[in-house]
Amino acid sequence: MAVTAVDRPVDYTDLAKRSAAAGVITLILGSLLVGLETVPTPNGGSMQLEPRYRALICAALGIAIVYFLVELLKVGRAMPALIGGLVMIAAFALLEWAKIQGLPLGDQLPFNSWVVNWGVMLVPISLVLRALLMMRKASRPAAVQQAGHRDDSFATFYLKYNKLFGTLLIAIAVALPFAPFADRRLVDIGTLVLTYVMLGWGLNIVVGLAGLLDLGYVAFYAIGAYTYAMTSINFGLSFWLALPIAGALAASFGIILGFPVLRLRGDYLAIVTLGFGEMIRIIITNWWWFTGGPNGINDIPRPSLFGLLFERTAPKGQETFAHFFGIDYLPIQRVIFLYFVILVFALGTNLFTLRIRKLPISRAWEALREDETACRALGINPRNTKLTAFAIGAMFAGMAGSFFAARQGFISPESFVFLESAVILAIVVLGGLGTQIGVVLAAVLLIGMPEYFRALQDYRMLAFGIGMVLIMIWRPGGILSHRSPTIFLNRGKAKP
Amino acid sequence: MSEAPLLSVEHLTMRFGGLVAVDDVSFSARDRQITGVIGPNGAGKTTVFNCLTGFYKPSVGRLTLTGRRGSFLLEQMDGYRIAQRAGVARTFQNIRLFPGMSVLENLIVAQHNKLMRASGYTFGGLIGLAGYRRAERAAVEKAREWLERVRLVSMADWDAGNLPYGGQRRLEIARAMCTDPDLLCLDEPAAGLNARESAELNQLLLSIRDEQKIGILLIEHDMSVVMGISDHIVVLDYGRKIADGTPTQIRNDPAVIRAYLGEDEDDENPAAEGAKA
Repeated sequence: MAVTAVDRPVDYTDLAKRSAAAGVITLILGSLLVGLETVPTPNGGSMQLEPRYRALICAALGIAIVYFLVELLKVGRAMPALIGGLVMIAAFALLEWAKIQGLPLGDQLPFNSWVVNWGVMLVPISLVLRALLMMRKASRPAAVQQAGHRDDSFATFYLKYNKLFGTLLIAIAVALPFAPFADRRLVDIGTLVLTYVMLGWGLNIVVGLAGLLDLGYVAFYAIGAYTYAMTSINFGLSFWLALPIAGALAASFGIILGFPVLRLRGDYLAIVTLGFGEMIRIIITNWWWFTGGPNGINDIPRPSLFGLLFERTAPKGQETFAHFFGIDYLPIQRVIFLYFVILVFALGTNLFTLRIRKLPISRAWEALREDETACRALGINPRNTKLTAFAIGAMFAGMAGSFFAARQGFISPESFVFLESAVILAIVVLGGLGTQIGVVLAAVLLIGMPEYFRALQDYRMLAFGIGMVLIMIWRPGGILSHRSPTIFLNRGKAKP
Repeated sequence: MSEAPLLSVEHLTMRFGGLVAVDDVSFSARDRQITGVIGPNGAGKTTVFNCLTGFYKPSVGRLTLTGRRGSFLLEQMDGYRIAQRAGVARTFQNIRLFPGMSVLENLIVAQHNKLMRASGYTFGGLIGLAGYRRAERAAVEKAREWLERVRLVSMADWDAGNLPYGGQRRLEIARAMCTDPDLLCLDEPAAGLNARESAELNQLLLSIRDEQKIGILLIEHDMSVVMGISDHIVVLDYGRKIADGTPTQIRNDPAVIRAYLGEDEDDENPAAEGAKA
């Protein structure tokens, strides 16, 4: 493909015009967005606006040049992109070096902040990489290219090492709290990520398998959390007893909320589930004598390990974990314990999903997602099938909710806003609908990374946004959107 | 059993607001026979099908199916129950496969109800009961049988959406047959097939009729298919039945010839134009 493209003539006048247009558009948009900055007046006291000529011109020129090079790359001319990219990197490095050395050129870096400067460097670097990749492809014989036709190499690679990859991830997850660099913050973030992984896996059943776009998923999370909080406070139920109750209650709410939306599809379903999610939150907020209203519920007991408490001292008749094993009490023991609880929960969710994917109910979910009319013609009951999906998805959210309540020790309606639903959905969609490992990668990317890099302050949200955009561009179906059949007829036979 | 027709349609009428799509149509289809339903575009053929398979509730009429599973009044049943209980399977004019699932999975989904029972409504399957594994193997064997008959075995693990057009048509028929129907309703199965493919389709339908011993109801525009394999033909025009008989009778029926070729002395009647639109 690339070989024939090289022979195509390039209309340089047209290309130059389009590049110039890209530069002008950048200039116009940029002048509105970042063209002005506020600086203190020289005599102090007040602020004045100053234009940012250098940054704007650099950005416009840069965009025009990059556009030019990328367009050339698209028609198979890799050399200009390679050279241009290298020149840009060299110029940048020179300026950076000058800055470090304190030379006069040093203040000529295009942007004021080093994060942005270094971020911008990624563009020429990716340009050079793409050019190199293309040159390598072009040098390969044509027959090889034919064999590797339009294949999703990332998914193929992943499928090849599917088992290994999964085992490796589990091993990392188990070893994480004991790693030498692991501190309380890392384990806490790990617990948070795993909670979202579990929620993502639960929502994946509803959205990924059954294709029911549920924007109110956080409602079931809230129901689970409040179930544990209220049963433990009012009836003294332990975490492990309340867990199945929370799961069952959330599942029944899944069915109750699922019933009215059975006939809705797509956008309409999304809107109504969004409304249900908000309704649950508003009810919790306003039903103050029952749920504590906006003040929430305090002092929710922590889970125990077969009756062993994770406290410094145990009440009469009970025993602490540290005392039972004859070790010193450390607060991190409880953090690590909670981490393992959610790890087991999440893996349980995963195991459940993997098993159910081989059962007729899951195939019916997928068939329903693909074509509901055809399903009815085959005698599949769409009502029961959809409600099962809602119920099972809600059950996992309920269990995750109980864990959340037990871990935080305090819950309030604030924790169950629409944004949570959106984040869980983003994890599922970015991870790749219907895939299990994709959800893990997306949860690490969306929850773990921004949490871990809190030190980067505002830039972490910038990186978050850029990351989402890049995933959309490069992997529009999600990080891992490959679906392999749940059953094979010709497996083991030689592939052509 | 041989006396009562497999399907009897009595006074079927379907109105959409003011439009009468099907007007007092009665006919019957017999077991082990292929019954063709033909008519010009907009004659109401697909509407009859949709009433039969529960996608529409007929405004008036009685639809009785007397098959191996008993006798059912189809007009009173939910859409999915007609396929599940009464044993009526159908295909669609515009193919409706599960394009993102593999060919084999399409056929396994068709055996959903049997497998659901075998998996103890999911609970047994989750804990891994042997009964479910046996049932699944049987389902795969049945799917393999049908894939062999429609010559798709080598593509069994492809996504159904990637099959060539003719293959998708054949798969849809195989999928309908995997539900073990008593009556198979085919909505224009030969649409878009070339001459060789439609000849193959004829053979397939004849072999289904003779070996599976079920009734087939067939909507078709391709006269070579309808005339070649139907035992009995019903002709609809503007929602009414205008003829009913063997292919030879239909070919010589003046009303049918008028409906298909038009009539010289008949002035262009505006009501007909309106109904077409």
